[in-house]
Amino acid sequence: MSKPTPPLPRWADIVLLPLINLLAALVLCGLVIFAIGENPFAALKVMINGAFVYQGALGYTLFYTTSFIFTGLAVAIAFHARLFNIGAEGQASLGGLGATLVAFAMAPIPGIIALPLAIGSAALFGAAWGIVPGYLQAKRGSHIVITTIMFNFIAAALLVWLLAGMMLEPGQFSPQSSLLPEQTWLPKIHEMLGWIGLKTTATPLNASFLIALCACLFFWVLVWRSRLGYEIRTVGQNQEAAHYSGINVARVIIITMAISGAFAGLMAINQIQGVSHKLILGFTAGYGFTGIAVALMGRNHPVGIFLAALLFGALVQGGTELDFEFTVITREMVLLIQGMIILFSGALAYMFNPPLARLLARIFGTKEDANA
Amino acid sequence: MLDFLYQTLLAFDATLRIATPLMLCAMAGIFSERSGIVDISLEGKLLSGAFVAATVAALTGSAWLGLGCAILAGITMSLIHGFACITHKGDQVVSGVAINILASGLTIVLGIALFKRGGQTPSLPKEDRFTPIEWWGVEMMDSVPVLGSIYRQLISGHNMLVYVALLCVPLTAFILYKTRFGLRLRAVGEVPQAVDSAGISVTWLRYRALILGGALCGIAGAYLSIAQGGNFVKEMSAGKGYIALAAVIFGNWKPFTAFFACLMFGFLDAVTARLEGYELFLIGEIPSQLMQAIPYILTVLLLAGFIGKPRPPAVIGQPYHK
Amino acid sequence: MTYALELKDVSKSFGLVHANKDIDLAVSPGSIHGIIGENGAGKSTLMNIIYGMHRADKGTISFNGQQVDVRSSADAIEHGIGMVHQHFMLVPTFSVLENVMLGSEGGLTLSEGRATALERLTHLSTTYNLEVDPHALVSDLNVGQRQRVEIIKALKGGAKVLILDEPTGVLTPQEADQLFEILKVLRDDGVSVLLITHKLTEIMDITDTVSIMRQGEMVGHRKTSETSPQDLAELMVGREVLLEVTRTPATPAEVRFSAKNLGYTNSQGVVELEDINFEVRAGEILGVAGVSGNGQTQLMETLAGMLPLTTGVINILGTEVTSADATSPRIIRDLGVGHIPEDRHTHGLILDFEARENMILGFHDSELAGSGKLFDYSAIQQNCEDKMAHFDVRPSNPRLSAKNFSGGNQQKIVIAREFSANPGVLLVGQPTRGVDVGAIEFIHKQLLELRDAGCAILLVSVELDEVMSLADRIMVLCDGQNVGIIDAEKADRSTLGLMMAGQKAEAAT
Repeated sequence: MSKPTPPLPRWADIVLLPLINLLAALVLCGLVIFAIGENPFAALKVMINGAFVYQGALGYTLFYTTSFIFTGLAVAIAFHARLFNIGAEGQASLGGLGATLVAFAMAPIPGIIALPLAIGSAALFGAAWGIVPGYLQAKRGSHIVITTIMFNFIAAALLVWLLAGMMLEPGQFSPQSSLLPEQTWLPKIHEMLGWIGLKTTATPLNASFLIALCACLFFWVLVWRSRLGYEIRTVGQNQEAAHYSGINVARVIIITMAISGAFAGLMAINQIQGVSHKLILGFTAGYGFTGIAVALMGRNHPVGIFLAALLFGALVQGGTELDFEFTVITREMVLLIQGMIILFSGALAYMFNPPLARLLARIFGTKEDANA
Repeated sequence: MLDFLYQTLLAFDATLRIATPLMLCAMAGIFSERSGIVDISLEGKLLSGAFVAATVAALTGSAWLGLGCAILAGITMSLIHGFACITHKGDQVVSGVAINILASGLTIVLGIALFKRGGQTPSLPKEDRFTPIEWWGVEMMDSVPVLGSIYRQLISGHNMLVYVALLCVPLTAFILYKTRFGLRLRAVGEVPQAVDSAGISVTWLRYRALILGGALCGIAGAYLSIAQGGNFVKEMSAGKGYIALAAVIFGNWKPFTAFFACLMFGFLDAVTARLEGYELFLIGEIPSQLMQAIPYILTVLLLAGFIGKPRPPAVIGQPYHK
Repeated sequence: MTYALELKDVSKSFGLVHANKDIDLAVSPGSIHGIIGENGAGKSTLMNIIYGMHRADKGTISFNGQQVDVRSSADAIEHGIGMVHQHFMLVPTFSVLENVMLGSEGGLTLSEGRATALERLTHLSTTYNLEVDPHALVSDLNVGQRQRVEIIKALKGGAKVLILDEPTGVLTPQEADQLFEILKVLRDDGVSVLLITHKLTEIMDITDTVSIMRQGEMVGHRKTSETSPQDLAELMVGREVLLEVTRTPATPAEVRFSAKNLGYTNSQGVVELEDINFEVRAGEILGVAGVSGNGQTQLMETLAGMLPLTTGVINILGTEVTSADATSPRIIRDLGVGHIPEDRHTHGLILDFEARENMILGFHDSELAGSGKLFDYSAIQQNCEDKMAHFDVRPSNPRLSAKNFSGGNQQKIVIAREFSANPGVLLVGQPTRGVDVGAIEFIHKQLLELRDAGCAILLVSVELDEVMSLADRIMVLCDGQNVGIIDAEKADRSTLGLMMAGQKAEAAT
C-alpha cells in the first residue's frame, strides 16, 4: 500500500482543483482545435471578444447565463441529497409548457397577476415532472438516473405531440405555439434600464436574470439556513445517520426532487417569457445537460454556480462568434468543452488530487506538521 | 386480409432493420452492466461509431475499413469510460453523460473540419456501403405463395450487418453463460469479492467487458451510417442508445429477453409510421409521438415495479474497493 | 519442527489505525488452532494479510518453513491457503458447482472443465462430509449449506491451511456441531485449521492450541488443554488502567422503560434476539454485558426504533410499542429517549459536517437551532460552545469538521448532544470505544451524574470493567438470549465470564 495522500487544504479543494480541471479540459480542446488546423489561441481570443468585448456581448452572455443558473441550481440541489437529476431538460420543457398554458388561460387578466402566475406555473410544472422520479426512488427504489432520462424523452414526445398538434399556431409549419398574451411577457433589461434613462444596446437579456439571482439567494438560504436544507444535506451525506436522528429520508428525497424540478422549470421563463414569447419546440437546447456541468464546476454552491454559469454563458455566446469568424469551427465546439468539463469535474474530479496534495504539502507543509 | 398480412410482413421486415442497432447496443450494455459498470454512454459510442465509419469509408472508399475503424472508435470511448470509472473510481453516471456530450461535440466539430458540410459526411456510393444481400434461391421462392414472400421480405434481402447483429445475440448469450470469461463477468457484477478472493483481477475483467461493449456499439454505429444510411448526419443516433438501455433493463439484463425488447421497440417504431392517420378500434387516432414515448413509459413502469421486478446486477454503479 | 504457517513481526496500519502490531504466530500441521479476540482486535486484518487481500507493512510469512511473499489471493491459493470468509463470497444466482468452478474453470468454455470440477467437488464432499447438492442454486441453500460450499471452495486447490473467519456466527448450534466434525476430519487428514472466533466455548470445544489478540496485538498463546474460559476472557477483554469512578448506590424510582418477550429476526431469517425481558427504573443503570456479536446491536437498535420488533412489547415512559406498530427513530426520540449509538461514524455523526452542525443532529427542529423559521447560526454556535465547554470537548472549535476530532472528543460531542436534552431514558452503546483514557473517566462521570439526576439508562458495552464499574444491575446476553440479570454487588469477573460463555447464573433480578 502506498503512503496515504496528505489532505488537500480547503482553499485548494474549492478553488484550485476546479481551476486545474477546467484548464485540463481547455487544453484538450485546444489540442482538438490545433488538430483540425486552427490556432487555439486565436479561437480563444475570438470567444472572449464575442462573449464580453463587443457591444452588447455581455448582455447576450448573461442571457445564456440565466438559463444555466436555473438548471445548475436544479442539478445542484439534487446533488446535495446525493441524487443525480439528469432530467432537468424534461423538467424545463414541462415548465415551459406550464407557463404557456397558464399564460394563454390568463388572456383577459392583467399582467400584475398573470405574469407571476405564469412564472409560478413554470416552477410548478417542472416540480411535478421532478417529483415523480423522486417518489419512485424514495418509495420504490427505482434508480433516479434512469427514470429521469426516460422522463426527458417522454417530455420531448409530449411537447412534440402538443406543439405539432393542438397547440400549433395556425399557418405555421414549424412546431411552435401562438404568441403569448403581452401582459405575460417579461421586460428586457435594456428596456428596464431605459425606464431610468440609461441607453444600452438591445440584447435578449431580460428580467428573468434578476429572478435567477433571487433563485441563487433562495438556494443559499434554503440549503444552509433552513431546517429542510439541513435535512437535505444530512440525507446526502449519510442516510443512516439521517435515519438515526429521526429524519424521514423518503420525504426529504421527494421534496428535494420537487424543488429541483421547480428550478429547472423556471429556466423556461428566460426563453419563453423573456425572448420568444411563444413555446418553441426544442427551446431547452440541451441546457438541462449543461446544468450538470455548471453544478459540478460550481461545486453545488450558488456562488460557484453563478460563476460556472457565467463561464458557460460566455462559451455559448463566444461559440456563436466562433461560428462567424471561422468556417471550420462552429458553436458545437462548446459541446466538446462542456463534455470535457463534465468529465474532469465529475468523473475525474480527484485525478489531480494526489499529485496536487503532495505538491502543496511539500511547499507549505502538512496540517499535521503545522499542529505539531 | 391478404393485404393486411402483407403489410404486417413489411412491418416485421422494417422491425429487423430498426432493431439492428438496438440489438447491438443492448448486447454492449449487457456486457458492461453485468460486470457492474453503469453504461449511460451507449448513445455516445453509437454516435462515434457512426461518424468514424462514414468518415473513413468516405476517405478510403472501403466500407470494411469504415467498419473496422468504427469498432476502434467504440472501444476508445469505452476505454475513456473505463479510465474514469474503473481506474479512478469516478462516478459512472457522470462519466457516461460526459462521453455522450463529448461524442456529440466531437462528431460535429471533426465532421465540419473535414467535410465542411455542416456536420454531414459525403454520401457514399453503393460500392462503399454495406448493401442488402439477397439469399440464394430468392427468385425461385417467389413463385411459392406466402412462404415465398416471407423468404424474400423478411429473411433475405437484409444488410450483412443485420445478420451480424442477429448472430451477436446468441453469441452474447454463449459468451455470458457458457464460457469461463462469462462466468467470471457475471460473478464480478454480483459479488466482486468472490472474484477477487479467487485470484482474478476485477479491474481487467471489467475493462474487457467495456471493450467488448465498445466494439459492439461501433458496429451498430457503422450500421447506421454506412449500411442503413449512406452518410453521417449530426446527432443521427437520435436516442437509440437510450432505447437500447431501456431494452437492457426491460430484458432484465439477459441477452434473449433484451433482444425481444429490442424487437418490440423496433416494431413499435415500424408500426408508428404506418399507423399515421389510421383510426384504431375504440381508441381513435393514436398520435405517433406518444407511440414513440411508449418504450420509455414502459421502462419507467418496470423500474417502479409495476410490471415485474427488475433485477439489476447486485453491485452495479459501485466502484470496487478492496 | 516445521510449522505449516509461521508469522513473525507482522504489522499493518490503515492510515492512523494500527490494525496489527508485531504479530507472531506459529501453527503446526494437522492441528486446529484458534485465534480469539474481540471485534476490532485485528483478527480479520491478519487473516486477510495471510490470504493476500492486504499486504503487511512489515514482517514475514512462512509456509512449511519457506518464507513467501503473498501479493494476491492467487499467490495464497498457490501456496496452499484456503479461506472461508466471515461474509460469504458466494454468488447467489449461481449454482454450487458454478461457485466452486469460479477461478478454476478448467478451460475457456465451461463445458470443458465441468466434469472434472464435478468430480472434484463430489470427492471433497464425501471425504469431508460436506454434503451439498452441486446443482442447487446458492440462494436456495441455508446458511449451513452455504458454508459447506465455501469450505469446498477453499479446499479445492488442495489447501493445507484452512482459515475460517468467525464461521459459527450465523449457524445454529446443531450446524456448528456438524462443522466441528468436519474440521476434525480435516485435521486428522493433516490440514491445519485456523479458527477465528470471539466465542470462548468454541475454543474450548474444538481447538488444540489458541492465540489471543487484543487491540491489534498478540497477547498470549496457549495450549487449549492448559487453559480455561476465565483465563481467555481475561486476556481478551482486559484493559490497562481503567480509572475507578466512585459510584454511590442507586436509588431507583419508578420503572421508566421495559421490554417483554422482545425478539428480533433479521431479513435472512436468523433469530438474533429471543425472549428478552427487563425493566429499567429512573435513577439506575442497567448494564448489558457480553462478548460482542451476541445481539447487543440488535437490542440497541430495536429499542431506538431503528429496527422493527419481530415479537414482544417495549414500554417507554408509558407508551407501548409492539411488533405490529410502525416504529421509527423519530417516534422514539419524541418520547424523550436519547441514544448514543454504538457506531458514531455510521450513525452518530456526520463526519464532514462542522461540530456545531453535528451538535444539533436530531434536534435541528428545536429551538437549539434558532427560534425563528430559519437557522440562527449565532444560536447554533452558542449552543455548541456551551456544550463543548460543559463537556470538555477539545479543541473547542465549533467550526471544525467532526472528522478532525479525536475519537474521544467525537464521542463527547455525541454525548453532549444527547445528554443535554435531559432525556427520561438513555440508550448508550459502547460509549468509550476508541476513546482515550482521559476522556473515559470524564464520560463515566457524566453517565453517573445523569443517572443521579433520575435518568433511566441502558448501557451496552463489551468492556467488562466498564459495565462493572457503572452499572447497578447487569444483564448478560449470549447468543441473543438473556442469560441472567444480577446485581452489581454480586457480579465479579469470573461470574460474568461464565455467564458470557452461556452458563446461567444463580441469582436473577
